[in-house]
Amino acid sequence: MVLAFLGGAILRASITDLYLRYVKQGLRPFLIAAGTLLVITAIVALLQELRHINRPEAGPEDDGHGHGRSGPGVGWLLLLPALALLFVVPPALGADTAARAGSALTDNREVAYPPLPPGDPAELTLLDYGYRAVYDHGRTLQDRRIQLTGFLAPGPDGQPMLVRIVLSCCAADGIPIKIGLRGQVPQAPANTWVRATGRWIPHTAKDPVNDADVPYFQVEDWQHMPAPAEPYE
Amino acid sequence: MIGEVIRLSTTDPAAPVTPAVPAGVDDQPAAPERERAVGSTEVLCFLLILIGILHRPIGALVANPRLQTWLTVFVSVMVQATPFLVFGVVLSAVIAVFVPRSFWARALPRHPALAVPVAGMAGVVLPGCECGSVPIAGSLIRRGVTPAAALAFLLAAPAINPIVLTATAVAFPGNPEMVAARGGASLVVALLMGWLWLRLGRTEWIRLPHRAHLDGLPRMTAFWTACRHDIIHAGGFLVVGAMAAATINVAMPQQLLHDLAARPLLSVLALAALAVLLSICSEADAFVAASLSQFSLTARLAFLVVGPMIDLKLISMQAGMFGRRFAVRFAPATFTLAVLVAASLGTVIW
Repeated sequence: MVLAFLGGAILRASITDLYLRYVKQGLRPFLIAAGTLLVITAIVALLQELRHINRPEAGPEDDGHGHGRSGPGVGWLLLLPALALLFVVPPALGADTAARAGSALTDNREVAYPPLPPGDPAELTLLDYGYRAVYDHGRTLQDRRIQLTGFLAPGPDGQPMLVRIVLSCCAADGIPIKIGLRGQVPQAPANTWVRATGRWIPHTAKDPVNDADVPYFQVEDWQHMPAPAEPYE
Repeated sequence: MIGEVIRLSTTDPAAPVTPAVPAGVDDQPAAPERERAVGSTEVLCFLLILIGILHRPIGALVANPRLQTWLTVFVSVMVQATPFLVFGVVLSAVIAVFVPRSFWARALPRHPALAVPVAGMAGVVLPGCECGSVPIAGSLIRRGVTPAAALAFLLAAPAINPIVLTATAVAFPGNPEMVAARGGASLVVALLMGWLWLRLGRTEWIRLPHRAHLDGLPRMTAFWTACRHDIIHAGGFLVVGAMAAATINVAMPQQLLHDLAARPLLSVLALAALAVLLSICSEADAFVAASLSQFSLTARLAFLVVGPMIDLKLISMQAGMFGRRFAVRFAPATFTLAVLVAASLGTVIW
């Protein structure tokens, strides 16, 4: 029963886009396979039990799951993640993480930065913008209109920053990438998703949490948007 | 569904050994003590009713952003780990049911001291993270593999497999030597622990959860029984570990880390301890280590060597799989050895 719950919860999350709140897209086939296996295990267990009930001479001793004293009472705990996934459905990481954790721009990557993608405005990820702005001194960003997508989170000075969480595996290792805003700074509550258009400005600050570099962005225009299915970068 | 519920009542230590009789099935006479016991059916119904009633208050409770972050991290650790756990368990059930005992006697060198390096190197072929290797190691011991070799496999497999080393290379583009250092140090620690176990280890410390009568069952029945047992068992301890990791993840003041980074000796210990507390999957820890760039490379190597071998969720799972007496000895020994090896290797390289 616990297994059916857990398997069902994982299957549901992986068939919808909910799983993207917790892990990377690449894990999806494995999640579906694992969820299916869990459900099959539960069904097989059910069939085995039914067969046992129909054969009363089969005593409880040889039913195959004799458990020691430390038996899986602990298995009940598996209900917790299943119930959380089915009923509570925790949201993706947001402004709380952004306030608590230091920004991701700490390491100079010595790579050649290719020209921006075509289009006006050019769409960039926050991480890409950050690297180009800080470590390439904005060379590839000059004279271009740029569009960034992220959620708002209050910065150390109370002004909203544009933030996106960078995931390498699952939400447990999520690191925020923070971009300071100037110009038409969006005034909206934290965790509001916005699409901001604007230009690079040669100004960086330090994240007080970990001394990471925080580049700035001159906002010319912005609009609300629904939270994307893939909330992480 | 009712049958499934009955099965759980037998897995609950509080429940009587004999399965509770559900309504409608009356070909089994009800023993008097059954009426007293609270079966899992009752527990589950009660729980569902409770959730139905408290749905809103619970929702309001988790509106606290810090608690939401905790839940998100907790659930994501579980979601991330479950596929690896399930495949590890399936593989271990295959080992337990379909691979004959004689295979291991032939595959591994007769002498335990030689079996250790062979088993450690075998970890290369298991592309997974650490949650899967715990049940596999348990299964190996059960099939008569010497514990020292199984433990070397347990420690080496999550750290030196190709996926993890590739991730490390991607995370440290400027320091390719990190990959070799990580693989080498992890293998050395795993082998040393294996040999240490040969010298000092006592078999009675290991108490595998009793998995009765697999041998007498038809193969498919035994296979599914082993799967179910291990998932429930190891999975339960994984939940404990995931909760601990989420708590640390949310409560850890990052400023503290920043201050620690300035002191070389302390920073190695700090990152090693952080690896234990954060319990990040070994496929992801390289990226986290890369982001801790205020720390020295040696400290980050310690993070990468310690993490896959010993962390909160692993301690919890090992205590469940091998027994508490084993875990209280194995965890500190592994930690010490891993820190020492990583620190000395780091000092030599950088």
